[in-house]
Amino acid sequence: MFGKLTLDAVPWHEPIIMGTGVVVVLGGILVLSLITYFKKWGYLWSEWFTSVDHKKIGVMYFAFGFVMLLRGFADAIMMRTQQAIAANGHAGFLPPHHYDQIFTAHGVIMIFFVAMPFILGLMNAVVPLQIGARDVAFPFLNSLGFWLSVAGGILIMCSMWIGDFAAAGWVGYPPLTELGYSPTVGMDYYIWALQISGLGTTLAGVNFVATIMKMRAPSMKLMDMPVFTWTALVTNILIVAIFPILTATLAMLAADRYLGMHFFTNELGGNAMMYINLIWVWGHPEVYVLILPCFGVFSEVIATFSGKPLFGYKSMVYATCAIGLMAFLVWLHHFFTMGSGANVNAFFGIMTSIISIPTGVKLFNWLFTMYRGRVRYHTPTLWTIGFMVTFAVGGMSGVLLAVPGADFVLHNSLFLVAHFHNVIIGGVVFGCLAGMNFWFPKVFGFKLNEFWGKISFWCWFVGYWLAFTPLYILGLMGMTRRMNHYDVAAWHPYLIVALIGAAIIGMGIFTNIIQLAISVRDREKNRDVTGDPWNARSLEWGTSSPAPFYNFAHIPNITSLEQHWDDKENGRVGQVTEPYTDIHMPKNTSVGVIMSAFGFILSFALVWHMWAVALIGLVGIIGTFIARTYNRDVDYYVPAAEVERIEKEHLAALQLKVSNA
Amino acid sequence: MFAKVSSSLSRAAFALLLLPLAGCQQYDLLDPKGPIGVEEKGLILQSLGYMLLVVIPVILLTLWFAWRYRASNTNATYAPKWAHSTKIEAIVWIIPCIIVGILGVLIWRTSHTLDPYRPLDSQVKPVRVDVVSLNWKWLFIYPDYGVASVNQLAIPTGTPINFRLTSESIMNSFFIPRLGTQVYTMAGMQTKLHLIADEPGTYRGMSASFSGPGFADMHFNTLAMDGQAFKQWIAKAHQSTVSLDPQTYAALTKPSRKDPVTIYGNVTPHLFKNIVDTFMAPMAPKKPSTALNHAEDTHVASAQNVGDNR
Repeated sequence: MFGKLTLDAVPWHEPIIMGTGVVVVLGGILVLSLITYFKKWGYLWSEWFTSVDHKKIGVMYFAFGFVMLLRGFADAIMMRTQQAIAANGHAGFLPPHHYDQIFTAHGVIMIFFVAMPFILGLMNAVVPLQIGARDVAFPFLNSLGFWLSVAGGILIMCSMWIGDFAAAGWVGYPPLTELGYSPTVGMDYYIWALQISGLGTTLAGVNFVATIMKMRAPSMKLMDMPVFTWTALVTNILIVAIFPILTATLAMLAADRYLGMHFFTNELGGNAMMYINLIWVWGHPEVYVLILPCFGVFSEVIATFSGKPLFGYKSMVYATCAIGLMAFLVWLHHFFTMGSGANVNAFFGIMTSIISIPTGVKLFNWLFTMYRGRVRYHTPTLWTIGFMVTFAVGGMSGVLLAVPGADFVLHNSLFLVAHFHNVIIGGVVFGCLAGMNFWFPKVFGFKLNEFWGKISFWCWFVGYWLAFTPLYILGLMGMTRRMNHYDVAAWHPYLIVALIGAAIIGMGIFTNIIQLAISVRDREKNRDVTGDPWNARSLEWGTSSPAPFYNFAHIPNITSLEQHWDDKENGRVGQVTEPYTDIHMPKNTSVGVIMSAFGFILSFALVWHMWAVALIGLVGIIGTFIARTYNRDVDYYVPAAEVERIEKEHLAALQLKVSNA
Repeated sequence: MFAKVSSSLSRAAFALLLLPLAGCQQYDLLDPKGPIGVEEKGLILQSLGYMLLVVIPVILLTLWFAWRYRASNTNATYAPKWAHSTKIEAIVWIIPCIIVGILGVLIWRTSHTLDPYRPLDSQVKPVRVDVVSLNWKWLFIYPDYGVASVNQLAIPTGTPINFRLTSESIMNSFFIPRLGTQVYTMAGMQTKLHLIADEPGTYRGMSASFSGPGFADMHFNTLAMDGQAFKQWIAKAHQSTVSLDPQTYAALTKPSRKDPVTIYGNVTPHLFKNIVDTFMAPMAPKKPSTALNHAEDTHVASAQNVGDNR
């Protein structure tokens, strides 16, 4: 029944873990009892958890990402502290066993459970609005995908207190991750957490490709799509192409560990090099999955706040597609030092540096969007300009690492760690926070506080440079990544500076939270009744803020690349020319939550070899899904009168605002 | 400890400021001690130089445009509809193409000249060293001399060193930053690496690929010495009474940390080849060596310690 699970699985003797556990349990009890006290369970369940509204799912993705960001950051600050202490004979406060789990968890959580939810959250909130759709193509699948990701996140959090987590780095190279060398459940938590959340991501990818290809307003051609939607399209095509590779790779590793097979083992013909190739065939396009939508965000932000259309729209689209295509031709640059021949290394090095061409073009295009514009400095603008400066450096260090001869000495060093944080913090995090500040009013109907938003930006910006510049230098000093302790005195000062930088990033995260809290408190003051608080350009700003659950009363007629700007110029905003009609909408469903709950049971049981429980989980998933297919009551019509009431309310507010002004 | 941290703190504050002024001695990659490292340092600086030709102007233009075209500056030209210029777009595609074209040639050329498998041109007869990464120590076998050492690598200066590398179980990366190129060590496989040290000295070597709980202690000193001193080192090694045979090797495969330097006076022939072929035995799976028990304390290899030869 309980498989390998016993009471000994809880690390009772580790004060850091148990202390965190107490805080989490107390915090959890507090939150749960507050929800109970204010009688919000029904509201949360019917309005959020079971919702298939893409905007609400987007918000939940963001909330999930934020929670996991706190965990991932806690890991980061512990690593920085350890390395700032463990110099010259000091052991530091984290033994290797604990430290190795922390850097593994940090990487896994930040990529799969912070960056991915942020990206999926942004796409959920914005893409259907930008293309004039009522919802995504498969609303139930969308809900299911989100909850599967959450199940993966909960599983990874469980590993902290029940058993342990993988201690082998975030891409889990065998043979270290094979049963012989990683006999604990840590690696199994890794496998099943990524399998279940990866399934969710694949579903999201399928959904968005279908949505963008088939659900656009009928008059919107591909080359009429806003750049963010273009980047979302390419990202989701990448997701659909690569996540099955991850699933298959981890399935083979699981077969090695569970069924005694030999895909990647040392003995009996297994070969770890195959795993390393496969994981990076997934892994390299994955970083473009993360960065492309952020390029889209910056494109929207820079055009809006420069008061000009985006410079070189077609260049932007072609550059995005080129990056998406070439993403598949570069994976080997992650292991130039494996002993491939010079021709192979040179090919992958050159392909990698070629990717910097379309990326460079993008930077130039943002630059020329500002040129002869009227740049307004709101929070999203700061994130964007901060990104352009930071990312230029990160891109350069990336191309340097793509030169095989340079990589021979920089591989696996802290220079590499600095490089990918340079592009992931400077690109993905800055992009997601820019996007959050930019589209928040569209989803919630009020703007985020700008004062705290700007403080948060400066903390992140300064913190990033202070934390990772020393790591670039340490790489040149020959320090490798993942060191638990070291005895080279010259490294120590730089690691202390890096810790200070990480602490400033921590203040950035803290001020993000303050910004959210203050904005909710002052929501009446910052309310936006126009639907267009930034004097923006694309279609989503033409509907009210918050956007009604059906998005648009009438399916928009697309006449321009910058539809909302065109409507403003031609006086079409707020003009209702057609009668309202009934709107066809999907019904909320709890099936996504239930299936994911069974999915969690299945994966937790598999981690602990509880076969009977695993069977219950599996049967539960399949049974719930089959039951769902018999349910024909999945949609309804919003009566025209109801649509008219909602729209009139918005138009009245709009008129009031205009007459007051 | 806090006093120590605070003194380090003030040093830290200066460290960043002084970076451009400080000599290169601390920066292993910028102060290489062999021709491979020298070429790689040059390659890094050259590539950076080409890229900075674009990156610096882009950063400066970003800041300048952001300032110049701020909304409050109504003196600046405002062209609210301007969003396309074939001339500019052609230029912004061509500039990165040129830089990448130059880099591409550089990459092609140096990938071949710096290929770790390429034997180095030299008048001097190369010295062969076989490297085995074990959990968590390094074993160096000198097939030309029939001696071996753990956690210490002695090499003659000005002489090409031909490394053959493998791993006992977990993958590692063999790396001596001051000499240049690193290469993976993988179980059941053999990789190659060719390096030269120009100057005598002691250079830090380590694993650059995470390999489990003992990883951080998996470093060794590379003693680069002139030909005469190297001969003496070999002669002294021959005097060691410990020999590396299948039994002592089996003891070495047990996971351990911080193993002292050990010198073996003679080595069973073909040991390296047998290690590479461990997993090739027909249908006789070798069980992975003892699981990496994290709780296990420092375990000293059972080979006798004949003292530090430095």
